[in-house]
Amino acid sequence: MSDPLLTVRDFSVVYDVDPPVEAVTDVTLELQRGEILGLAGESGCGKTTLAYGVQRLLRAPAVITGGDVVFHDASGADVDINALDVDAMQRFRWDKVSMVFQGAMNALNPVDTIGSQLEDVFEIHRPGMNRRQRRAEAEELLEIVKVGRQRMRSFPHELSGGMRQRVMIAMALALRPQLMVMDEPTTALDVLVQREIIKQISQLRHEFGFSVIFITHDLPLLLEISDRIAIMREGRIIELASAEEIWRRPQHEYTRTLLSSFPRLTGERGVLVR
Amino acid sequence: MTTLEFRGVTKSYNVRGAGRIKALDDVSFTLTSGRTIGLVGQSGSGKSTIAKILTQLETPTSGEVLLDGQPIPRRGKGLRRYRQQLRMVFQDPFASLNPYHSIRYHLERPIRLDAVVPKKDTDAEVRRLLARVRLDADAVIDRRPHELSGGQRQRVAIARALASRPSLLVADEPVSMLDVSIRLGVLTLLADLQREEGLGVLYITHDLATARHFSDEIMVLNQGRVVEYGTADDVILNPQNPYTRELRAASPDPEKHFASTGGAL
Repeated sequence: MSDPLLTVRDFSVVYDVDPPVEAVTDVTLELQRGEILGLAGESGCGKTTLAYGVQRLLRAPAVITGGDVVFHDASGADVDINALDVDAMQRFRWDKVSMVFQGAMNALNPVDTIGSQLEDVFEIHRPGMNRRQRRAEAEELLEIVKVGRQRMRSFPHELSGGMRQRVMIAMALALRPQLMVMDEPTTALDVLVQREIIKQISQLRHEFGFSVIFITHDLPLLLEISDRIAIMREGRIIELASAEEIWRRPQHEYTRTLLSSFPRLTGERGVLVR
Repeated sequence: MTTLEFRGVTKSYNVRGAGRIKALDDVSFTLTSGRTIGLVGQSGSGKSTIAKILTQLETPTSGEVLLDGQPIPRRGKGLRRYRQQLRMVFQDPFASLNPYHSIRYHLERPIRLDAVVPKKDTDAEVRRLLARVRLDADAVIDRRPHELSGGQRQRVAIARALASRPSLLVADEPVSMLDVSIRLGVLTLLADLQREEGLGVLYITHDLATARHFSDEIMVLNQGRVVEYGTADDVILNPQNPYTRELRAASPDPEKHFASTGGAL
């Protein structure tokens, strides 16, 4: 049964430089509640622009030239993201949709403890909470992502890359959003840490029921974590299907080319194309 | 034929608050021209320490490094000869080329320093090197690094490594900063050059799939120790050590994934 969380229709973004660059062109997709949607493609294909665009996080010279993005809130209300004013947008972001940025583990403030940075989220978005409540929430978040509350007073440089990335996931989880956008969340980490974090995202998704847009160029990883995968090229989605369909029966020639960029880990020597 | 031997190499560092840490613990292996060894292990396993000792940026605390059976000179002409024999390709082609200089300059320097060819033939040699890495010499020779794509830059870095006509090459994560769609192309180029020039290559990576694809043998490093060493297919398909098994299980493998669960996690 279809239970959409986000409906994107004919969405286009142009970088208004000379000559203008069509970064995203006529993208239409429906993200289901609780779904992990993978977004794959080579550098410059528009995957990050699309993910930023649906949250209106783009800056000039990027211009949204057309299309609608409608968020179907759990309360039953439909929110047209393009129509929100600045204040409403501010309230909407992080509360309904949060983001784990590329290289996020380096985005923490180096001169502030991670506990205090987590509490900041509540100070801004939950002004009714008192100090004790904020602290309790921040401690709970660190427990959820298995960093542990004893790290509340640690500074970012005292944590490993994997732990810092978990802190960023905790921050994205703080307000229990319905959608989390993750842009290359594990790219800088080694395989063992990556596996731990992927497992955790998957568990949290089942526990809290949020949807995920997961951006990466690591197609083998995406095939394992995603329910469905959208393949982007030159600003367009050229193929959108379940991970298993993409794996077993890729329809587009380019999807096969992308798959064949990866050597096979097991099985006969060769690349990942069938 | 050139051989480079690590014999019982240990390297320890004093770490404040943690005492003495062994970054490498009794590591032995032999790199031979004409063969590629894949060196895998997670962050902090000691991979880069091996590269640093190979390039003589660090000296072992104990143990020996021997080139064709001889210890490596610490300074002077001997050290220079060693460095001419062993060259390095770094991870980040954006940081390893000097933004101030042209591609021509990057390649002329090692050719002149090691007097590879007579001075009047330098230009021809630069063009030969660019052709070796499948770059159009006329299109790139007078450009600066920022005018090239990541893949082109890494090809220039490879050409520079080959300029002194080494017999051994250390490639430390040579494609991890490049876009996926061109990684295989650069690795295939390295493999072709390895075969054609009979190079001995140490391919350092944490990507088991490409390690298997491009290496004759694989060496697995964990906490400074070699925990497994064997032919590439043996190590990946039939790992004996628990740590190697863990690494393999953590690596994305769609084939196994869809065979066993038939769906997403």
